[in-house]
Amino acid sequence: MSDTSKTVKDDSAGTEGVVKGQKTVAPADDPTAAPVTVVDPRLLIREEGLKGYLTEFKRKIKGGELGSLPVFVGLIVIWTIFQLQNDRFLSAGNLSDISYFLSATGMLAIGLVFVLLLGEIDLSVGSVSGLASTVFAVFVVTHGMNSWLALILTIITGIGIGALHGWFFAKIGVPAFVVTLAGFLGWNGLMLWLLGSSGTINIPDDKGPVQLLGQGSFFMDQAIVGAYILAGLGVASMAVGSFGEQRRRRAAGVPYRPTSEILLRVGALAVASFVAAAVLNNARGVSNALVIFLACLVIVDFVLRRTPYGRKVFAVGGGIEAARRAGINVPLIRITVFGISGMFAAIGGMFFAGQTASATLNAGGGNTLMLAIAAAVIGGTSLFGGRGSVWSALLGMLVIQSIQNGLDLLNMNTSIQYMITGAVLLGAVVIDSVSRKSQKAAGRA
Amino acid sequence: MVHVSATPVLALRGVSKRFGAVQALTDVELEVHAGEVVALVGDNGAGKSTLVKTIAGVHPIDEGVIEWDGNPVSINKPHDAQGLGVATVYQDLALCDNLDVVGNLYLGRELLRRGVIDEVSMEKNARELLSTLSIRIPSVRIPIASLSGGQRQVVAIARSLIGDPKVVILDEPTAALGVEQTAQVLDLVERLRDRNLGVILISHNMADVKAVADTVAVLRLGKNNGSFPVKDTSHEEIIAAITGATENAVTRRAGRRTTEAAK
Repeated sequence: MSDTSKTVKDDSAGTEGVVKGQKTVAPADDPTAAPVTVVDPRLLIREEGLKGYLTEFKRKIKGGELGSLPVFVGLIVIWTIFQLQNDRFLSAGNLSDISYFLSATGMLAIGLVFVLLLGEIDLSVGSVSGLASTVFAVFVVTHGMNSWLALILTIITGIGIGALHGWFFAKIGVPAFVVTLAGFLGWNGLMLWLLGSSGTINIPDDKGPVQLLGQGSFFMDQAIVGAYILAGLGVASMAVGSFGEQRRRRAAGVPYRPTSEILLRVGALAVASFVAAAVLNNARGVSNALVIFLACLVIVDFVLRRTPYGRKVFAVGGGIEAARRAGINVPLIRITVFGISGMFAAIGGMFFAGQTASATLNAGGGNTLMLAIAAAVIGGTSLFGGRGSVWSALLGMLVIQSIQNGLDLLNMNTSIQYMITGAVLLGAVVIDSVSRKSQKAAGRA
Repeated sequence: MVHVSATPVLALRGVSKRFGAVQALTDVELEVHAGEVVALVGDNGAGKSTLVKTIAGVHPIDEGVIEWDGNPVSINKPHDAQGLGVATVYQDLALCDNLDVVGNLYLGRELLRRGVIDEVSMEKNARELLSTLSIRIPSVRIPIASLSGGQRQVVAIARSLIGDPKVVILDEPTAALGVEQTAQVLDLVERLRDRNLGVILISHNMADVKAVADTVAVLRLGKNNGSFPVKDTSHEEIIAAITGATENAVTRRAGRRTTEAAK
């Protein structure tokens, strides 16, 4: 034994020592293990340039990593069908409506993405959003409070409600599904009680957050340049970020995205955002609600991907035991995630209040919850936890709101709308489950 | 035996542990030196896992002393053990399937740059660490889910090295692995020894023990049942110590016969 340890010790710095050690002690190993290398010969190395991009894409689809592909396919199908049924569907005015109305439910979907990343579900977001609009109305109308202060208090209420759900789930051990189902009923009841017999509280919409989120409120007062500034800002920040990262990675000697790929990505974003800006300018401009929604998306995406907190959320969603062993406070993460979900539910409720300038009995009711869940799942966030991105809130809402809007244009009955929404939700979950299965088969889940 | 240091980096002196009516460990002694692989063997229920958990701080000891670099220390919670420099790789590796290799290596210890996760430095360090350990995985940016069992095991072991430990405890690292994967993990164990770490290796596989360990510490029914230098000990002697074959119905009967015959 002493021979071996000496041999290894003497020249442990070189590769040779390792080879010697292997030969003396572990002859079972194959000689290819000797070279110091991280690269497995079986590794599928991506080819340079566009061709590599295409083969990688094909491989991912086969492996069940669908990403946002179902969304784009779905959007094309939906837009084609509705455009054939009613040629006003793809008009600038209608698309502008879609972009405005998707932001409210989209806010709920952002919160749901957090919860879904943990592999849990929050059924209360609809009720909490309705309650939030009522609480805001009570503060402002009944108590004559400053509307910005009322907004802050409303958001804090939402955080508190969500954290309470999270506490029951994380500390008491009640399944999240049951806690939030109780919340779904309970907070709706509280909202009805607050609204009392009148059933509606009208909120003055000449100032404050309700005016900001109203249907007639646009970025930079509908200035043509406003939309292009936003688009340019988005494209520029992506370009700066991507090239900055490429430079740092190259300096550190780790693999980096080739310039052609970055240009392709930035170009795609540029085309999408400037076309969107032009279309919205053709109507009335970019609504402030949409701007706030997009800003929230950027911030939340950053938090989830780049901060230790976001990494912890993904870790808890990917393996509770692993997260716990890594020193992550799992109950705290769960409580805060539900708190975040409650916060975005409350903000979404403010968006609903902005749409109607009132708090009504059916705010946040009906199929709001289902639409928000469907949006998150359609956008590509898995119901099984650990996989997803907050951009699914935007992509999913584009699909959902297009369907809603199209059905409205066709004067479909609510009954039909509910059935179609139900089918879309089921379809999204089926895609999620099937893609997870094929990911497992391809060794990716 | 060649010991790099005279003082063991970790030593257990007369450690006992009870769970209710069960005396799990009785007066157990164990020494681990830097640059030494100690195999901890014993049958199921012999107390291997309990012993490891006392070192890792999961179960505080009832009696006895744990010495670290010759000084008595108290290990009451996992955090204490980690603070001293004990890293444990449990049998259920506890990796996050959805995170990539870099994310798993640095989970809970992310490198930050202005409050933001520094992916570039983490990836650079991870590649360096994996290549010094000659670990072959397809890519450090691949999710753990797509790695094989052996690759996950080496990632879990590499992960334990991120905190710069002095003693690494491996709980049956080769239990579920194939031939080549086992060899890879054994190679890795040797590289840990080359890095002058003390390694405690729990294993049921005598071939593995003979292949990499310097010392074999045998536990039987919660007590020490011998500690052997691997080089001078035969397979059968270790098995005998594990099963207590020197003291069983057959040997007792044989012993009675000889005494009776002597009468």
